[in-house]
Amino acid sequence: MAMKKSFKGLFYTPYILWLAMFVIAPVALIIYYSFFDIHHQFTLSNYRVFFESGTYLTMTANSVLYAFLITVISILISYPMALVISKLKHRDLWILLVILPTWINLLLKAYAFIGLLSRDGLVNNLFEFFGIPAQQMLFTDTSFILVAAYIQIPFMILPIYNSMTDISDSYIRASSDLGATKWQTLTKIIIPMTMPGIKSGIQIVFIPSLSLFMLSRLIGGNKIITLGTAVEEHFLTTMNWGMGSTIGVVLIISMVVVMLFTNTKRKGRRS
Amino acid sequence: MKKFVITIITILVLCAGLGYGSHELTKSTGDSGSKVLNLYNWGDYIDPTLLTKFQKETGYHVNVETFDSNEAMYTKIKQGGTSYDLTVPSDYMVQKMKADHMLIPLDKSKLTGMQNYGSSFMNKSFDPGNRYSIPYFWGTLGIIYNDQDVKPGSLEHWNQLWRPRYKDGIMLIDSARDIMGFSLISLGKSVNTTKTANLLAARNKLNRLSPNVKAVVADEIKMYMAEGEAPVAVDWSGEASEMMSQNSHLHYVVPTEGSNMWFDNLVIPKTAKHFKAIYAFLNFMNKPENAAQNAKYIGYSTPNNQALKLLPKSVRNDKQFYPPQKVLDRLQVYRNLSPTKVQQYNDLYLEFKMHH
Repeated sequence: MAMKKSFKGLFYTPYILWLAMFVIAPVALIIYYSFFDIHHQFTLSNYRVFFESGTYLTMTANSVLYAFLITVISILISYPMALVISKLKHRDLWILLVILPTWINLLLKAYAFIGLLSRDGLVNNLFEFFGIPAQQMLFTDTSFILVAAYIQIPFMILPIYNSMTDISDSYIRASSDLGATKWQTLTKIIIPMTMPGIKSGIQIVFIPSLSLFMLSRLIGGNKIITLGTAVEEHFLTTMNWGMGSTIGVVLIISMVVVMLFTNTKRKGRRS
Repeated sequence: MKKFVITIITILVLCAGLGYGSHELTKSTGDSGSKVLNLYNWGDYIDPTLLTKFQKETGYHVNVETFDSNEAMYTKIKQGGTSYDLTVPSDYMVQKMKADHMLIPLDKSKLTGMQNYGSSFMNKSFDPGNRYSIPYFWGTLGIIYNDQDVKPGSLEHWNQLWRPRYKDGIMLIDSARDIMGFSLISLGKSVNTTKTANLLAARNKLNRLSPNVKAVVADEIKMYMAEGEAPVAVDWSGEASEMMSQNSHLHYVVPTEGSNMWFDNLVIPKTAKHFKAIYAFLNFMNKPENAAQNAKYIGYSTPNNQALKLLPKSVRNDKQFYPPQKVLDRLQVYRNLSPTKVQQYNDLYLEFKMHH
């Protein structure tokens, strides 16, 4: 028995090492750096600056607003899609096709969208074909939100799809046997039972959407400034790691808040 | 379980094989040995045929590693663990590295061909007497316009950017110092001002420009301008020359009231080891024929006046990239600012970007 126990400990070691090196240490460092100003003096001024400056607060509000919109749009697209795919015959193949774009680098996808949305791009060519005058699409809020939602959709579909395939057919059959309409089955059975999937989708999508600095520059033309833009600037241009870390801490705290709001109590959900 | 173990072993063997392979590949270009020179340069910023020519002439093999921003280069050299012999910081970064004791002074007695450089490009405020640096390329900040939308000659001053006719038509390069800089120049102030009142005025003036600003982008600006996405852009001369080689409708202007003049310079960082190779390389690059070949390849303006004479007439007389003396006299070089002021420039610039 004793040997078995030490063997078990051996299996835990990589996990604990991983946690310590790549989760706890970086977060601790970010918190540590956030207490230093550009002159390497210990101070709380970074936090004071953050919460007193209109710039950072507006930026935070902007980030939350855009992340919220991106998340809502990706749910609206992903949910019906996951529902349809889970009913298909070769659903594993279809879900693979949905995941496929995540194998392509984010930057490449962004450049592809530049090609589509630019003044002489494919979309405008189509518009002209149908007699609609060319539109300015790049560097607008709409295109930024749509491209961001496109990039996040696979991460939203997967958990929802998984929770849908977990639902046993007998529930659906039981509800129709008991006289529920299709709509009632959807709202009373399927949506409540896929809630954990939706919640983990929100967790995966909302947080990265707070700081999409690459997209806000490439597609948004820096007309939309989110916290990510400020983090990039503080680490790369002004070398003010303290302020950059402070924003990082704010992002981490907002992540914790989102986690708390979308926390799923697994107890008693399934026997 | 057996299958799992086999999979793991296969992956490990593959990794070991790949690791060995990449080690073998990098060994030939590693920094070991004495007949080498480690050059830390911007990406694609030297004609590769010059490196082979240098090796043929002197026997020194040049290892090139690249960076994409002054700050990244600074951080990497400061952190140590590198053995770069030469690097290429811009003007203000030379000053910063000098102040942080990261540079080794040049031994002038070992240098030849220094008289080839034009007096307008030497003895600048960031390095008086060129004790630490030799200019590599120089350039300006200016306005690029597309002659399909803008009449040539109608856009020659910074203040004209504020005209309502350029509504939603201007792209700016995403650089705090440069954008604040041209706003300061348009107000008749120095690009190195540290007066808060001047900086606030510059931001307020930029805020009034925002209806005209289509986007604030980085490197992509070249692609956008070449594709005609916007009629006007504010960018550096080096980037402008790349855009113009892709789209003949584009033109570059340096406003006559003044602008920024930037320099990229060869310097010896504290990490240097191969001094014979360093001086051989510096003297090699000082030679007019080599500097001219490099300028032809890169397309930036060379500070080597003897090299300039070897370039085709169309390049030599191009006022866009080799402006006349009276414009040269009005150009200002960035000075390194204190961290607090750098932060202030960037904060105000961020406020401008957030202004709608």
